[in-house]
Amino acid sequence: MVEFAAALLAIAAAFVVFAIVALYRVYAGPTIHDRVIAVNVMGTNTVIAIALVAAAFEEAAFLDVALVYALLNFLLSIAFSKFNVEHGGVL
Amino acid sequence: MTPLEWGIVLLAVLGAFFGGVAAIGIVRMPDIYTRTHAASKSDTLGAVLAIAAVAFALNTDLSTAKSVFLLVFMFITNPTAAHAIARAAEDQGIEPWTTDEEGEK
Repeated sequence: MVEFAAALLAIAAAFVVFAIVALYRVYAGPTIHDRVIAVNVMGTNTVIAIALVAAAFEEAAFLDVALVYALLNFLLSIAFSKFNVEHGGVL
Repeated sequence: MTPLEWGIVLLAVLGAFFGGVAAIGIVRMPDIYTRTHAASKSDTLGAVLAIAAVAFALNTDLSTAKSVFLLVFMFITNPTAAHAIARAAEDQGIEPWTTDEEGEK
């Protein structure tokens, strides 16, 4: 049981590392769209890491956090892309 | 570890593989449209595999239902968001990356 939780936590750590790798594109990306797509990938990896931590600690309440994070991540991407095209039309 | 736990870890490792492919694609691809390709397809498959592992690992009814809901939600919204961003880039007139006839950049 301990090994199983440790394996799930290690995979969650791998997803956090991939999010940090994608952070390079937020720093370097030539256009705003490159930055938004990289932030979207980072948010997805964060949702997966939260869900894996929920499985490792058998803490079902963390899944609600992951759900809310996924909703906010989707809203952020849609709002940013709409805001970029209409130059403030979304507000 | 039981066989079920090995299966769960295998699913999660496959998800981590596709998540890593998505991260490499985001960093290494040449322009916004190819990066969107990595973010929408590879990352969605990684998310679905990893959250399927979570759905098998949590063995109460409610949390399995929540995991499946999260899985379906990610499966629908992740490509939609990537498509919206690519369309915003296209509306702003960003040219797709191409090679010329000699195959050089």
